[in-house]
Amino acid sequence: MKDLTKVFHSGVASATLAVMLLSVAPAAAESGDTIKAIIARGELLCGVHPSRPGFAAPDDKGNWAGFEADYCRALAAVVFGDATKVRFVALSSQQRFPGIQSGEVDVLARNVSATMGRDVSLGLNFTPPIFYTGTGFLVHVDSGIEKLEDLDGATICMAPGSTTEQNIASLFSARGMSYTPIVIEDNKQLVANYVEGRCDALAKDKAALPGVRAIDTENPEEHKMLPGIFSKEPLAMAVRQGDDHWYDLVKWTVYATFVGEEMGVSQANVDEMLQSPDPDVQIMLGVTGDLGEKMGVSQDWAYQAIKQVGNYEDIYLRHFGPGTPIELDRDLNQQWVDGGILYGFPIK
Amino acid sequence: MQDHYHAAPTGRNKPRSLHDLLYSKAIRTTFYQVLMAVAICALGLFLYNNVVDNLTRQNIATGFSFLGQVSNFEIGEKLIPYTPRSTYLNALMVGLVNTLVVSAAGIIIATVVGFMVGIARVSGNWMLERLALTYVEIVRNVPVILQAIFWIVVLRNLPPPKNAFVLGEFGFLTNRGLYFAAPASTPVHFWMWLALAFGIVACIIGTVAARRYREVTGRYVDMLLPGLALILGLPFLVWLVAGAPTEISYPVPKGFNYVGGVSISPEFTALLIGISMYASGFIAEIVRSGIQATPKGQVEAARAIALKPRFIMRYVILPQAMRVIVPPLTSQYVSLIKNSSIAVVVGYPDLVNIGNTMMNQTGQAVEAIAVMMIVYLGISLTASLVMNLFNRFVAIKER
Repeated sequence: MKDLTKVFHSGVASATLAVMLLSVAPAAAESGDTIKAIIARGELLCGVHPSRPGFAAPDDKGNWAGFEADYCRALAAVVFGDATKVRFVALSSQQRFPGIQSGEVDVLARNVSATMGRDVSLGLNFTPPIFYTGTGFLVHVDSGIEKLEDLDGATICMAPGSTTEQNIASLFSARGMSYTPIVIEDNKQLVANYVEGRCDALAKDKAALPGVRAIDTENPEEHKMLPGIFSKEPLAMAVRQGDDHWYDLVKWTVYATFVGEEMGVSQANVDEMLQSPDPDVQIMLGVTGDLGEKMGVSQDWAYQAIKQVGNYEDIYLRHFGPGTPIELDRDLNQQWVDGGILYGFPIK
Repeated sequence: MQDHYHAAPTGRNKPRSLHDLLYSKAIRTTFYQVLMAVAICALGLFLYNNVVDNLTRQNIATGFSFLGQVSNFEIGEKLIPYTPRSTYLNALMVGLVNTLVVSAAGIIIATVVGFMVGIARVSGNWMLERLALTYVEIVRNVPVILQAIFWIVVLRNLPPPKNAFVLGEFGFLTNRGLYFAAPASTPVHFWMWLALAFGIVACIIGTVAARRYREVTGRYVDMLLPGLALILGLPFLVWLVAGAPTEISYPVPKGFNYVGGVSISPEFTALLIGISMYASGFIAEIVRSGIQATPKGQVEAARAIALKPRFIMRYVILPQAMRVIVPPLTSQYVSLIKNSSIAVVVGYPDLVNIGNTMMNQTGQAVEAIAVMMIVYLGISLTASLVMNLFNRFVAIKER
């Protein structure tokens, strides 16, 4: 009977793999399972966008570079004290949710907008948003389109299943305007459709458009973004619901990058800051207190994240700062003390 | 069943032992079949429960109730009424209709082109044969997905609406699609379509009757002209009776695109050309093999009794070729229907494209995939069924 069960299980394994990973990889639902699995594996599995310059894309040497890729590294620095122990898993917009649900990745840092629908029906938990953006439109300069209202009757290129698709349906119906969507999953085909004039506008998260304009078009000056942000897209990392410990760890890693910037602890000065007399800095960097230990990681977890990857400002400027191909104003993505809405909970 | 008794070596007079019973052929075949059926059912049940368990444990919503929710996304090409306020089920129906339309058009084009090229392959004309061979080798050896991408790139690089190719006053060819003038929509069109359907049915009945008549009396009635008259004449008659409405709707540039007339999108065209050309290559080879499978003696005999060439093809070669052609043709049709799912690459809103969006918005991947699988299975099985009936019709009847 035991043999029969074994035969059954192997059959099940291969058959189900074809249907979906869901049933074979029993996703960690218990608190603490995820971190155990990560440590046993020796690396963090991080789900990222296959190619979104600025957020996550392989550079010319094949290394993953980008804002979200760096958040994966910061997590690895917190868990292992080594930011290189990450395996990046490129997930298409369709693969991303099954990918995290099935346990194929430990965390999703893949341009996911946190919405209530996704939170309650997909079995996910969202970290505090690491990037606030919204739907934007890229249009051809010679089209004469100056504002959203000019797009009545236009053909608009967009990716399938994105919140963008829903936002535009709402935006246009609220204004009594019509449009024709062209929905293509492959990003290259999608952008080519817009660039070659099949679509009047390309709709994406506004933060992604400068990357498209600078990198995917031949003559960036022939394209411009419409002024305004047309929806709320809080891009957040997502973990599976049920493992509170892992959720805490990801959440506080995000907060450490916020608080680091707020307190002036950066990649450049973090070693000097170890001598700082400020008790808050001392607690965050693990000079005093035992918060790291209580979270189940080493005492210098925040030091490692900031030292090896950087605080929020370091990460932001590395990918969107002046001199990068995709310069983006920080806009909402500033610390609350500077007029933005990044508000790291106190680490104490 | 009579083996049942022979299987017991001891004969039928002695009472059979348990051993004999177990080893009897009937018991054993039944037993293993039942065992197999139970195993398959158990496996299915196990998989189902496993998925449901895992989904519940991961707090992922399950079930098909999401199909009744408002979809909140727009679809570019729709042949049935749909708005972003419609349900996901409506959206899937739009996708299904689009899949059926592109598949049906693809099957017709692939069949016509395939038969022409297949006959050209054995036409005896050296030039024509080489051309047909080249066509076949190109279209069936390039992956269908690349062909679709090739055509969409070609179509996208047509001029934009502002400086479209103007085809007289009657149409515009642009990178947004082909816009052409069409009779303005009137209720008469419905009756004309009905007349067309009626004409086709009448033509089939007439042909069958003509054959019966020939079989009974030996006299041949040519149904070609009467058939055409029925199919084309009836709608024309309806049009005349309705007062011959001649209003034409012309496409005129307005805003970003053209309004009026009829348009065909580049996505539809690229997908249609891609999948139908790919299938036509295979169909051409199937037709060629069917024609070549007809014994030469048959054709020679037909010539010897001075049958017209048209009749040789119609009554001697094709009936014998069809029984070779139809079965593999069925699998070509089924694979063409499935190939239409590469619509996701070119951006045509077929069933899979819309299913993807739905899956991503609701997160209910298992259900969405199950729906798509069942629908494709249904379409393909229906196509096979129809073709099997047709096969029975064309199969040589031994009398």
